Amino acid sequence: MIAAPPTLVLLVDDYADNRDIYVQFLTYSGLRVEEAENGHQALDKAFALKPDVIVMDLSLPGLDGWEATRRLKDDPRTRDIPVIALTGHALAGHSRGAFDAGCDAFITKPCLPERLLDEIRAILAPGRPRSGDLTP
Amino acid sequence: MPAARTAAGRVGRRARPGTGATGRLELLESLLVAGDPVQCAQRALSWLQRQAGVRRGLCLAADPGESPRLLPLASLGVSDAAAARFSVDLEMRDHPLTRALLAAGPVLMPSNGSGTPVTPLGKAEVQAVPLAPLRAGDLPAGLLLVTPPTPAVARDARWLGRVLGPRLAALTAAGRLEETGRRLQRERGLLSSIINAVTDPILLTDGEGRIIIANARAETLLATDDEQSEGRRRAVALNNMLFSAALTRRAIEGAEAPRHEVPLVDPVDGSDLLFELLSTMTSDAREGTGIVSILRNVTDLQRATAELEENYRKLRQTEADARAERDRLDLVIDSVADPILVTDPGGNIVMMNAPAEHLFTAAPGVSSAEAERLVQANDAHFSSFVSNLFFEGDSRRRSGSINLVDPGTGAALPMEAISGKIVSEHGEVTALVTILHDRTEELERARLYEELKKVSAELEVKVREATAELVRQNELLRRSHIALEQASALKSQFLANMSHEFRTPLNAILGYTSMLLKGVSGELSPHQRRNLERIDSNSQHLLSIINDILDITRIEAGKMPLTVADFPLVDLVGEVLAEVEPLIARTKLEVTSRIDRALPMLRSDRQKVKQIVINLLTNALKFTPQGWVKLTAAHDPDTDLVAIVVADSGIGISPKDQQVVFEDFRQADDSPTRQYTGAGLGLAICRRLTSMLGGELTVRSAPGEGSAFTLALPRVPKDAG
Repeated sequence: MIAAPPTLVLLVDDYADNRDIYVQFLTYSGLRVEEAENGHQALDKAFALKPDVIVMDLSLPGLDGWEATRRLKDDPRTRDIPVIALTGHALAGHSRGAFDAGCDAFITKPCLPERLLDEIRAILAPGRPRSGDLTP
Repeated sequence: MPAARTAAGRVGRRARPGTGATGRLELLESLLVAGDPVQCAQRALSWLQRQAGVRRGLCLAADPGESPRLLPLASLGVSDAAAARFSVDLEMRDHPLTRALLAAGPVLMPSNGSGTPVTPLGKAEVQAVPLAPLRAGDLPAGLLLVTPPTPAVARDARWLGRVLGPRLAALTAAGRLEETGRRLQRERGLLSSIINAVTDPILLTDGEGRIIIANARAETLLATDDEQSEGRRRAVALNNMLFSAALTRRAIEGAEAPRHEVPLVDPVDGSDLLFELLSTMTSDAREGTGIVSILRNVTDLQRATAELEENYRKLRQTEADARAERDRLDLVIDSVADPILVTDPGGNIVMMNAPAEHLFTAAPGVSSAEAERLVQANDAHFSSFVSNLFFEGDSRRRSGSINLVDPGTGAALPMEAISGKIVSEHGEVTALVTILHDRTEELERARLYEELKKVSAELEVKVREATAELVRQNELLRRSHIALEQASALKSQFLANMSHEFRTPLNAILGYTSMLLKGVSGELSPHQRRNLERIDSNSQHLLSIINDILDITRIEAGKMPLTVADFPLVDLVGEVLAEVEPLIARTKLEVTSRIDRALPMLRSDRQKVKQIVINLLTNALKFTPQGWVKLTAAHDPDTDLVAIVVADSGIGISPKDQQVVFEDFRQADDSPTRQYTGAGLGLAICRRLTSMLGGELTVRSAPGEGSAFTLALPRVPKDAG
């Protein structure tokens, strides 16, 4: 029996310490994590690595999270990868904007590492309809 | 007298001439059948002609009236005219015929030669025979004159004088009686006409009151017959009764009573009549005592009297009215504050009221010389004004101004004078009425008005300036309002950004702490764990403050959306208690909840309601050192409100702080050294959320006796129906 390769998470956040926390904890929890500091990097890594899930901070320098998500969802290579939006912006409109951009889930900071882990596991759980499943 | 002569001739033709006794008998027969003295006398003369050959004769009758005369009855051989003209005044005692008449026997009257004949028989001798009267001693009935006076003639004439005289006298007397009767009848008729012509009723009554004579008017009133109508008969009966009563009363009261009035009824038209009774007693030997009554109709007189009295009364009344009117007018005129003057066409003042007297009269010796001078000046001004008006044309009214002076104070009195002409029926001006009106106040008012206008104009300028300033200020305000709005938007934006900026490092702090506590970096000593837990707790607290600030910002910016849905309150309370459980566990409080199972579904924003209840519950736990906290919920069907009450046995809130606690960043104890932690934003947010949900958040509390916060929410939002 060949063990399934560990889930690959692409973590996009411009704030290094936050990336560090989640990398440490997700790695500690047995997941593989790749990091990106901005939107462009995120797109490059997503196309290159085809992660299982992308955790996307929305406020990013340069190409922001909404735009990056929109491009990922517009591209057939990355369309099926679930995107979990993660933002410190709690004002109304942010979550709507995130879903409009194509995000599959939305988490407001502060977000404890275990909460993020729960969210990743939930979104990858079998049987859960993904946005990608809906496309032919 | 042709008729008589014809009769005589007829008799003469019929009777055969006789002689002696036979002739005399025939004559006597013929005299007895003769109807009147003329016929008698004619027959006698004819008989003498035949019997004794008398050629001419004249029979005169003695009329014993007031002027006794001899008048011709019949003649023979004399022209009728001459006979008829002849008469002798018996007062002329010396007349031959008078003497012949009064002579004892026949007298032979000699021929008087060339003188005027005494008789119509001519100048020849005449035999005069007096005709014997009916009764001895009376005046002879007449005189018989015959010629020629032969012895036969004398004999037969003497005989004839004895028989013809009584016969003539008898016939004359009978004729006179008949004449008297006719005269009486005529007089009676005349009298009757006279009394009937009198319009007043006249009556003669006997001693018993029976009517003996009544004139036509009296009969109308007092007599009736069966043919007349019932009403008329009844009126007459009533009149009779009234008249009798009046007579009786008169008899009792005597004739001295001034007036006897008898009211009667007109039987013809039924109108009331009033009569005055004038009655006189009459005594007559044959008729006995009677009463002559004259009823004078005084109905009109009475009416006229009444009218006269009424007119007099009216006159008196009118006079009194006029006097009262005049008094009133005087009073009115005197009480008018404006001077009033009446002037005659000569310009003389004939009447003035008291205020006018003050201006136009000066009491000599009492008023000062100055006052007298001023009065004269006033008079001159007034006269000039009035005289102009008298000569002015048709205008009946004129107004003008006169400048007078108060003689008492010397103050100038600018007067407005209004004059009206009083014009007689003939168009002559009989008087002039002038009213003077003091214009001092009016002029003062006009001056004040001018001043007011000036001030008003100034005010207007100021108002305009102020308005312009206001506009400028408004513009400034508008700009600052825009600036404020921008600032507010910026503040919201800033807070949103700050919130984000805070969260990012806080996320890291909480994240690292959590990982350490989870043992990601290896096992911790109890001391390290305790300190990490403190870091964690403070970080959580900081996060809650940031969340609160964010909530207020969102509400104020209108960026707090509501998600309304139906949900059971019981479940929500269960969740709240579960979430707060860690806090409850740290206290020794008795926390209970009692929710009515039959509570209806609540339609509201579940998340917001939950936030409010958690806030109230955590507050209760925080401010209750010991005792209990109770959470209850109930539905009031009347108001359709759902009330969630969180009560505690805590420190309580003083009345003056009960409003403060709902304000931003406030706790009841605001001092820097306050005992209880917390930013003081919780209740402020709760109240804002409650009002968003259409509900009300109230508190009932007293220091040391705990608090009870009541969240009252409409079971169904009003705008949602």
